[in-house]
This record gives sequence, structure tokens and C-alpha cells, in this order.
Amino acid sequence: MSEKAGLFAIFFSAVFTQNILLTYYLGMCSFLAVSRQVKTSLGLGMAVVFVMTFTSGLNWLVFYHILEPLELQYLRFIVFIVVIAAFVQIVEMIIERASDALYAALGIFLPLITVNCAILGVSLFMIIREQGFWESVAYGFGSGVGWMLAILAMAGIRQKMARSRVPGGLEGAGITLVIAGIMALAFMGLSGVI
Amino acid sequence: MNPVLLFLIGVGVVCGITTFLALLVTLAEAFIANYGEVKITINKEKEITVEGGKPLLTSLKEKQIFIPSACGGRGSCGLCKCKVIKGAGDFLPTELPWLSEDEKKEGIRLSCQLKVKTDFEIEIPEELFNVKQYETQVSSLRNLTHDIKEVTLELLEPDIITFKAGQFIQFEVPEYELSDEPVYRAYSVSSAPSDKGNVELEIRLVPNGICTTYVHKFLKEGDKVAINGPYGEFFLRDTNADIIFIAGGSGMAPIKAILLDMAEKGVSRKARYFFGARSKKDLFLTDKMKELENKLPDFRFIPALSQPKPEDRWEGASGLITDVVERNLESGENKEAYLCGSPGMIDACVKVLTKNGVLEEKIYYDKFG
Repeated sequence: MSEKAGLFAIFFSAVFTQNILLTYYLGMCSFLAVSRQVKTSLGLGMAVVFVMTFTSGLNWLVFYHILEPLELQYLRFIVFIVVIAAFVQIVEMIIERASDALYAALGIFLPLITVNCAILGVSLFMIIREQGFWESVAYGFGSGVGWMLAILAMAGIRQKMARSRVPGGLEGAGITLVIAGIMALAFMGLSGVI
Repeated sequence: MNPVLLFLIGVGVVCGITTFLALLVTLAEAFIANYGEVKITINKEKEITVEGGKPLLTSLKEKQIFIPSACGGRGSCGLCKCKVIKGAGDFLPTELPWLSEDEKKEGIRLSCQLKVKTDFEIEIPEELFNVKQYETQVSSLRNLTHDIKEVTLELLEPDIITFKAGQFIQFEVPEYELSDEPVYRAYSVSSAPSDKGNVELEIRLVPNGICTTYVHKFLKEGDKVAINGPYGEFFLRDTNADIIFIAGGSGMAPIKAILLDMAEKGVSRKARYFFGARSKKDLFLTDKMKELENKLPDFRFIPALSQPKPEDRWEGASGLITDVVERNLESGENKEAYLCGSPGMIDACVKVLTKNGVLEEKIYYDKFG
């Protein structure tokens, strides 16, 4: 396989077959809380794509150029979190300065996802899988897109569901988890593709 | 490798990375989030210069202009509305739940969410200029029930306040264990407006509430407290309609102030006061209400217990406050209602009142934010 095809395969599998949300169940809390409307889900989803892509690259550099030479791999949890938090802070300031519209669409979600476990999960997975720099970026981007796809699908279903009758005990988080489970099953069907 | 050395390298690297990132964030804050000085023009006449980048509500407060807000800037009460003519960008998602279509057209914004990044032009009600910051001292603390405290503040500077019975002030909580920055919370004044040198509040302990915990667990007699006010449209309208008061818990405060004011001014309108509580231990100031029943020509205090305990030996009204109101309401004609309490109680009572013929525009209320 050529290098480009390899990157595409990583991206594609991160979106569908190894979807970070539906196969690993990471990033569940914001997925359940913010998936009421397609519009807000899109904002949050874009913020996740953006942050995942950049932090996977940044954390790759930090891991292979600072932590590994010093044999401090075991510190990656704490270091990755700090890098993600600082990155999100700075990006939020830049967006707020640059454009009100972008800030309204994206900026307000940024502080929310600093603590999203899917973001840290992507950085940790790329180390476990011993991916190279561009592979990690492709994996981060793909995972972000996969996460956004899942939350958009969920928001679409929930918007439709607003007009249907849900049994009393299942309202809210209950039915959402059931739907997430069915969606995960559907995504499993894609596992033969790659 | 030597384990001590390994440990030191680990600590050093984490500290190094963290320091570097903190430096980056600080630099970004100093250069990217620095908006310089900006001008705010108020009502086309007053001009103030503030440091850019902060919420409008905070910037105005720094210049001693106080827009009422019950939640202290978290965007959860929707009170701090103000008209912005120039400077604001698009509506923020955090503002939208609080603004009606008409308000959006008029340019009404939520001042705690809007950051001042360029020169602003705004319009605020004239009377907000009368709102002042007061330095006070706690002159007495008294337990009214197991979870409601009466706090009396003696005004120091300025030493007199002019307000209408039923209005509220904001109480500034300094930094302490639960909060690392000063916060403001709104409380109704429960003393009569004629007592210009003091402000009395009734504050119920809310579990983990920043201000209520401070008042109940930390505040001592002699402590200094900063307040600002007065605010609010909750006061007795000058008509001759019969009055229905409904309150629960610390919702007693503004109603008590209104009743004291009526007694002093010799208002002889027919008035009924329904007060909802769970059991006898949640009832308070019943002596004071008896006294007012004697002073006012046609006033009755009707406490209602929703879950009276056997040991209470309760002979008064019992049941939900809405049921008690409905039982005692002859007709809704020529009536005005004043409600103060939790949003749930108020919504339920408004429903019962309108169902029984009280006009919606004659129902005034003060919801706890």
C-alpha cells in the first residue's frame, strides 16, 4: 500500500470501523448531554474534530521528542492532559479575537471538551498503535469526524424522537443509551469493509 | 539508572512542560486577549472608559453602574438585560433562551454574556443611576427557623437608603472557601422603607449555595458587608383592589416589608396573606403577622402546612398552598396578587389564580433566580 493509501485507510477506519464513540464508548458524557439539537451538535462536533486533529499531532511531538528520549513514557497521561488544556485555552482566545460568528459557533464549546475523554483517548491510542506523525494526525482527524458523525446522527434521531412517545422510565438518558447501543451495532456491520 | 535521578527528571520535565505552557497561555492572554481601553456611551449622555474584553455587566459595575442580576453573571437568571445600540455582534447562543423575538428586534442583550471588545453605545433605565453601592455592618443575626436567618445590616457609607417596599438588593460575598472570586446574590429587603438606616434580609440556607452558606456558616455580628441596590418592580401598586399575597419560605421578606409599609401609611385595603410551609418548624414571624392583623383594618395571615406532623397539633389550613388559595378565594374580581417564592410555586399559583378569574396583568411576582 502506498503511504497516501495507508493514511486514508487509517482515517477511514477511525471514522467507521473503529469509531471512538461507538466502538470504544469514549466521549460519552458530552455525547449524551449535547445531542439534543443538530445545530449545537454540529458546533461541538466541529470543535472536537479541530481539537483532536491538532492535539494528536502536538502530543505526538511531545511524546517522541521529549518523553521518549528521557524514558518518561509513563508520564504521558498528565503531560497530554496539560498540553490539551493549554492548547484549548489559547485557541479559544484566538477565536474570540478573530471572529464573533466563529466564536459563537465553536468557541463556547471549546472549554467543554478540554476534559472530553475521547480527546485524551486518541492521544493514548496513537502511542499504543506506534503510529508515525502523519498517521497520528490522520487518526486524530478521523476520530474527530467519526465522533461528529455519531453525535449528528444521534441529534437527528433525538430531534425526530421529540415528537414521539417514549415510555416514562426511559425518557432522556435512558433511551439515548439504548439508541447509542443500536447505532454501535450498525457500525459493527462496517467492520468487514477494511 | 539511579531511581532518585529518574524521579527528579520526571518531576523536572512535568514542571518544565507545565511552566512553558503556562507562560504561553499568559502571553496569549496579554497579547491576544488584550483589547485595550474602550468607551461605553450610556443613554447618549454619560461616557465611561473601561478595560476591554470583560462582560458588559462587570465593566459597568466597576464604574458604579449596577444592572440588576440575580445569578451574578452566570447567565442563568436572564435579568441583566439592557439595550445595546452599537458595538455588540451577533446574538450568542447563551443569550437566546432569555430573549423574545420583540426584544431581539429592539437590540436587547444579556449584559453578563456580552463582552465589551469595541466602543459600545447602550441604553439603560434612568433609575439605575440611583442604584448605589453601600458599605454596611452586620448589626444582628437571628435564626427564624432551622434554615432561615434574619440578617440586619446597618448602613455605614452612604448611611441612608431610599427604596420601595418589596424591592431587593444585591449582597456581595467576598472570596472564601466555596468561591475564589467575589459573587453577588439578590435578596429582598424585609424591613420597612421608613427605616432608612438599616436593611434587613431573610436568607434561607441552600445546600452548597455560595452566598447562603457564607451567611449561615461564616458571617458574624460586626462583619462588614457590601451591598448594592435597590432594584426591582415588585412593589405594591397604588390602586384600591383587594390584595392577595402568596409566599413560601424566605419569600416572606418582601411581603413583610410591604405589610409594614401599609401599616405605617394607613392603607386600609382588604388583604389576605397565604404562606406555605411544610410543617410547623418552617413557620416563622407568626407573632409579627398577628400584630399586623391587629394594626391593619382588614388583613388576615393564613399559614398553610403541606405536611403537618402529628406533634404540631396543627389546626390551621393544611394542604398544598395552591389548594388553600383556591379554597379561600371567593372570586377573582377586583383583585391584585403579589407572589414571592420558588419558580415552581409561583407558576402553580399563577395557574390557580388565573383559573379563578384574577387578571394575569394584575399578578406581580418575584421568582427566586
